[in-house]
Amino acid sequence: MLTPADLGALFLTFKVASIATLLMLLFGTPLAWWLARTRSAWKGVINAVVALPLVLPPTVLGFYLLVLMGPAGAIGKVTTWLGLGTLPFTFPGLVVASVLYSMPFVVQPLQAAFTTIGEQPLEAAATLRASPLDSFFSVVVPLAKPGFLTASILGFAHTVGEFGVVLMVGGNIPDKTRVVSVQIYNHVEALEYSEAHWLAGGLLLFSFSVLLVLYTALKTHPVAHPLK
Amino acid sequence: MTTIQARFQLDYGDFKLDVDLKLPGTGITVLFGHSGSGKTTLLRCIAGLQHAPQGKLEINGSIWQDSERGLFLPTHKRPLGYVFQEANLFPHLTVRDNLHYGLKRIKQNPGTVKLEQTVELLGIGHLMERMPERLSGGERQRVAIARALALNPEVLLMDEPLASLDFKRKQEILPFLSRLHQQLDIPVLYVTHSQQEVAQLADTLVILENGQVLASGPLPETQSRLDVPLAQDREAATVWQATVAEHETDYHLTRVDFAGGSLSLPAVDAGIGTPLRVQIYARDVSIALAVPAATSILNVLPATVTGIIDGRDGQTVVQVRLPRMAEVSQSAGNLCDQAGNQALLAHITRKSALMLGLQIGMAVYVQIKGTSILN
Repeated sequence: MLTPADLGALFLTFKVASIATLLMLLFGTPLAWWLARTRSAWKGVINAVVALPLVLPPTVLGFYLLVLMGPAGAIGKVTTWLGLGTLPFTFPGLVVASVLYSMPFVVQPLQAAFTTIGEQPLEAAATLRASPLDSFFSVVVPLAKPGFLTASILGFAHTVGEFGVVLMVGGNIPDKTRVVSVQIYNHVEALEYSEAHWLAGGLLLFSFSVLLVLYTALKTHPVAHPLK
Repeated sequence: MTTIQARFQLDYGDFKLDVDLKLPGTGITVLFGHSGSGKTTLLRCIAGLQHAPQGKLEINGSIWQDSERGLFLPTHKRPLGYVFQEANLFPHLTVRDNLHYGLKRIKQNPGTVKLEQTVELLGIGHLMERMPERLSGGERQRVAIARALALNPEVLLMDEPLASLDFKRKQEILPFLSRLHQQLDIPVLYVTHSQQEVAQLADTLVILENGQVLASGPLPETQSRLDVPLAQDREAATVWQATVAEHETDYHLTRVDFAGGSLSLPAVDAGIGTPLRVQIYARDVSIALAVPAATSILNVLPATVTGIIDGRDGQTVVQVRLPRMAEVSQSAGNLCDQAGNQALLAHITRKSALMLGLQIGMAVYVQIKGTSILN
């Protein structure tokens, strides 16, 4: 069965994923909104930057974050100056790395949802006296609900499933940075296969359930035809 | 009387809009033109949905845009109602919530009385709890019209509200629009490419082509202008405002009065004094130099020729005006310098025009073979 260390890792994993998902929605929503509507030449560049974690080996992202957030790095200097110390091998550092690593899984579904909604409902709202901010909350958010759900689920699940970035930036510190994927690695290294089975099986079941929900329940939602 | 002044210039490279219009503050003004003529762009500029870099727009004395002073009121601050080609209802809200969406957001809430009247006028009371996806195209468009009107706007802008509907649905909505026409006291700007809708709804007609105003003015006047391609169209027609004057029940006829005299129409089921729109196709009008001694045509009216041009396919398009005073009518075929205000178009063959020796200023008789009543 699960050891106290396993439970600690589980708890930590869900804590990191929850906080990271909230942060990703907070920063990803305006970013996705901008990407969905801008005609700026920068759109392509920003799209590419957001999508980078999809193709980069997690170790590359982890390596650069480690350097940047280290005592000699740009981010490290700022955090030290702010009296926060340096972020690598801390819980906040793990959250920052997770946010960057999982961002495309939040931005892309949101961007797609916003693009699908298009200009028309916003124009209708404007002719009905709604300011742009008002129409974002009264029209765009409800119409993009499936997009927000998809983004949250994917962002959360992907954060739970990360390994490389965690190992590079967070390390393997119990109750601080040791998440489930790292704990499984520890079990396997120690040849504790039955413990590894419990956690690995649990993650497998979790990931499958998440994807099943995405492909069945949400598929039928009218995000593809928001306007009748 | 003029309460809408709109001047816009914009340049998209392959499309330029350059208009300067003064429009009446009452009735329906139809912006008519083919696709690409700029009619929808003009309407969107008036709504502020598109921003013409050069423009001045004044509605009822308040300035909505003045590019010289750098003033541009965003759409949500303009007291207008807008009906889109696709109804554009919010799919996540019921009909009731769609109707209340705008009402919740205006300061001077006109109350629900206005909304209730509008709902009744458009016959959508039974649809209030439905979601938009469960409405027919016609119902959706009626809800969209009610949603725009509920705000008690100072001007109603309609962008081809019937274009996406099939013939049957159009026939379902046109009567509502005609009723609106009689009950609304605000100006309506109505974009369409349908001559039928022009005939049925317009008081004022603006004809647009390639982003410019080809002609604008009262409907019969603008319709019968010879310098506008519309006059040569096979479906060219003139619409007269008339009122029911007398019923000749023995003959199953109704006599109506219009600015240029009176007409006999097949019996109309409407009380004396009821306003009617009577449409006369140019192909149904023929011209004679003397009162025809024996003819089955009831409507023979004295008129003055005020314009002649060659049309297509051996046709001549003749513009005449009515009425012509009795003493001048003695000299039919002669020239006279007096012409009435009510214009009418006639399509005759070029051969007939030559044989009659038609000239501008000539006194003639028009014979109207057929009429249709539009409301």
